[in-house]
Amino acid sequence: MQQWLMPKRNKKENKNKQFKKIKVMSKKNWPLWEIFVRSKNGLEHRHFGSLHAADAEMALENARDVYTRRNEGVSIWVVESKHITASNPEHNGELFEPAQDKVYRHPTFYDLPDEVKHM
Amino acid sequence: MSEEQIKNLEKQFDERILRDEKIEPKDWMPEKYRQTHIRQMSQHAHSEVVGMLPEGNWITRAPSLRRKVALLAKIQDEAGHGLYLYSACETLGVSRNELYDQLHSGKAKYSSIFNYPTITWADMGAIGWLVDGAAIINQVPLCNTSYGPYARAMIRVCKEESFHQRQGYEIMMKLANGTPEQKEMAQDALNRWWWPSLMMLGPTDDKSVHTAQSMKWKLKRKTNDDLRQQFIDQTVPQAELIGLTIPDSDLKWNEESNSYDFGEIDWDEFWQVVKGHGPMNKERMKARVDAWEEGEWVRDAAMAYAEKKQERKQKQAV
Repeated sequence: MQQWLMPKRNKKENKNKQFKKIKVMSKKNWPLWEIFVRSKNGLEHRHFGSLHAADAEMALENARDVYTRRNEGVSIWVVESKHITASNPEHNGELFEPAQDKVYRHPTFYDLPDEVKHM
Repeated sequence: MSEEQIKNLEKQFDERILRDEKIEPKDWMPEKYRQTHIRQMSQHAHSEVVGMLPEGNWITRAPSLRRKVALLAKIQDEAGHGLYLYSACETLGVSRNELYDQLHSGKAKYSSIFNYPTITWADMGAIGWLVDGAAIINQVPLCNTSYGPYARAMIRVCKEESFHQRQGYEIMMKLANGTPEQKEMAQDALNRWWWPSLMMLGPTDDKSVHTAQSMKWKLKRKTNDDLRQQFIDQTVPQAELIGLTIPDSDLKWNEESNSYDFGEIDWDEFWQVVKGHGPMNKERMKARVDAWEEGEWVRDAAMAYAEKKQERKQKQAV
């Protein structure tokens, strides 16, 4: 693990030197997290947006500050963005079109006499 | 892809937008659409972030606790708005750090209004009332823009923004109804912020280079001149209501057009400020870059700590 001293911020020359040294090491950016919020019990968590944080705990804290400042939520999930696998819109045809010609999956496909109400 | 294939895709793309379909991050899009969106959304994000600086100037000197908590909440909102917009921008494959670099190196622009100084408390009122008022007029149509992540960010921004304008107007109202000195302070702030607020809505239509393309992509739903007229028509009665005078001797109600005629805007001043010669351009950028650089060790420490915790967890699991 790297070790460094905190920059002494009141000494000017010192400060510049310290920052230069740190800059070399700091090439690691905080990863991106996706934020899901349940607005109230009884509802599902919904995607609210994303943010950068060093770890899951910080992502939770930041999400609380960014996305629930006005009582927007009662529960938060955070997932690191790289763990999400998404379908490719280019494959939308083969993925979603087959559902279009399967009308028999909908109740209106079936003919019933008018006398039958509420079915 | 062949040129013909691209043309074909572009045609389909334009038709989707015409049908009011939203475009989502992984959908095919013309490179120019992507670039234009990165430019506009990041400018917007930068404006939110730099916009915190003129107001930050007054947090410690707010005249009451009530004003102070409101100002703090407003500034915190702006940080949040910056974040929503940066995130939306990142869905187009540009990293947060690239965006910051563009801001800090001066390559990217932000709203020129933030290059004016905030010299009295009344400026907090004028900014909320006029600057946020103009911003809302600009932003409401964007809730309907074609790029999904941008539209969603704008819906959230607009929801939060209306408190900003109301708190600003309330500050102006209180001052305008106060002692003669307080009223003078409010009038002085209106005098200084009025014209820059009109400029904020962008160059006149005949000088605006991106308007036609942006209208097509619904990045813009109304032209700059239309937005400006809407802002003036809505703001003039608000000034009258609290007994303040708009600093424009040519301002006159026009029965025929059912709107206000107004005086000439000093576009030279606008371009000067855009090009970096405004009263506060240098200070704003310096404050921003200093904050970023001086925070670097904190960001690094947080990352190192997160890694250490992770390693410890893994060791315990073995």
